[in-house]
Amino acid sequence: MNDETIIRVENLAVRFGPRTIFKDVSFEVKRGEVFIILGGSGCGKSTLLKALIGIVPIAAGRSEILGVDLAQADAEGRLGLLQRIGVMWQSGALFGNMRLSENVELPLEEHTDLPRPAREALARAKLGLVGLGDAAGLLPAEISGGMAKRAGIARAMALDPPLLILDEPSAGLDPITSAGLDKLILDIARSTGTTFVVVTHELQSILAIGDRCIMLDKEARGMIAMGKPRELRDTATHPTVRSFFRREAA
Amino acid sequence: MTEGTLTSRAAPEGTVLIFSGRLDAEAAAALWTAMTRALAAKPNVIDLSDVDVMDSAGAILVLRAGDAVAVQGGSADVLAVLERNRAALKAAPVPSETPREFAPITRFGGAVYGGMQAALSGIAFAGEALVAALRVMFRPRLFRGGEFLRHLDEIGLRAFPLTLLLGFLIGLILAYQSSIPLKRFGAEIFVPNLVGISLLRELGALLAGVVLAGRTGSAFAAELGTMTVNEEVNALRIMGIDPMVMLVLPRILAGILVMPVLTLLMNLAGLTGMTVVMQSLGFPWSAVSNQLQQWLSLGDLMGGLFKSMCFGLVIAAIGCRAGLSAGFGPRAVGDAATAAVVGGIVAIVAMDGVFAILFFRLGI
Repeated sequence: MNDETIIRVENLAVRFGPRTIFKDVSFEVKRGEVFIILGGSGCGKSTLLKALIGIVPIAAGRSEILGVDLAQADAEGRLGLLQRIGVMWQSGALFGNMRLSENVELPLEEHTDLPRPAREALARAKLGLVGLGDAAGLLPAEISGGMAKRAGIARAMALDPPLLILDEPSAGLDPITSAGLDKLILDIARSTGTTFVVVTHELQSILAIGDRCIMLDKEARGMIAMGKPRELRDTATHPTVRSFFRREAA
Repeated sequence: MTEGTLTSRAAPEGTVLIFSGRLDAEAAAALWTAMTRALAAKPNVIDLSDVDVMDSAGAILVLRAGDAVAVQGGSADVLAVLERNRAALKAAPVPSETPREFAPITRFGGAVYGGMQAALSGIAFAGEALVAALRVMFRPRLFRGGEFLRHLDEIGLRAFPLTLLLGFLIGLILAYQSSIPLKRFGAEIFVPNLVGISLLRELGALLAGVVLAGRTGSAFAAELGTMTVNEEVNALRIMGIDPMVMLVLPRILAGILVMPVLTLLMNLAGLTGMTVVMQSLGFPWSAVSNQLQQWLSLGDLMGGLFKSMCFGLVIAAIGCRAGLSAGFGPRAVGDAATAAVVGGIVAIVAMDGVFAILFFRLGI
């Protein structure tokens, strides 16, 4: 981890019509960090993630990723930035009519001039890295939920992006698979220096992998805490933060 | 940072391949062919001392040399990337080639087997539907009236405008086309006979069937296919609810009841279109009406309507079966909808042929 800022968010607000999802959200993510966006269901975690990568329009404030403000960037700048970000969607979002290897090859085919054997080898390497080396020939319908998430990470890593964004990587997984995925994230972060932004509300994962986190709250319509997960668990005074980390009913 | 390059030199330890600069995806793409040529010279050592940065694509390029070629030099970061990718590739062996089968025979065998399977499952489906219908007859409260009415509205009422438009245009086209040869013999007055008999006996039911297959058969398949993919159908079975009773019977019954109405509308609209043409050719309404009354019988109309009910049953059943037997994945629903439309249209044309022979033999 170093002091280079990968993501800078200032007073970000998102509204759907008259409804404010969140406002005044500000934070910075440093290179090599595993940064967690946490909060209860419906607080806007995934919406914040989508706002960061430009899928949901920003109502106020600004966000800058790898030095580029997506809202201000022209088409070329936007494409250049998107090639340096890998996103794993909540459901994996693998293309159902392509084998896992073809899913991983797709961004390589689209954004590089690598010949086919190179793309195939690279896809195998990425799948091998996430423990799916022997599943390259399978279709998404033929694999489990945990495997789909890992394949989603492999596809997100295809272009060696410096920033990986994961939406609910542990959701719906058993504790063993979930722990395996947490270990994978940590391994990749530590060995490649990749920065991770992870949206989750799985307490075990947050404590296992998070270097720093912010917490969003539905009632407050914004951020109610920022810091290291274990410190927040032990010292937070905000009742919602305490309830969250202690798994108590609000 | 300089672009990635590849050179080679002879050394006491053998041929040395020297990489330098930035070894990223761009460099890997540019150097791939050069590396193929360099590997043909059986190098002994790869020197990475002058490599500034390496990503996974660069590592894959270097790793093409295999484990037998020693790697020397390179910063800790570069070597870490290389070793990580080497380990990842070892964890992902190259998939073995499946032995080639004699494709034409395999495909033919597969098609025959698939056809037989489809026929058997079609018979099983018909049997299940029949049993479900008998159960509902003895326990009418099982029948979901609300669902049935919804389908009547969706496949019937909402198809009226399309049916009327198509019918009118078909009547218009048939009348114009048939008037051309008949005019040579001064027999244009028989256009209503030709169009009327064609519509009432054949085309009305057939075209209404095509509308139903395209509009409703596909919708049934897509709706039930989505439910199957989302495991809603399994959920019904586990709750002890027969999907045949809840999902299939209301649709089939709606199909049977709606088709005669659509056929009647198609016939009326077609005759209207024909009348417009006849009037444009100078024949008054009374002449057209007289021809129709003289040459068309109630049997023509009833035969067409009876056929249409059979078409409705078959189209709805094929649509439901395609949906309920949908596979997995995003293509499953699309495949089910295609199967419903194609199967529905082929089935009604085939049935129409059978009815034509049957009616001819019975003198209807």
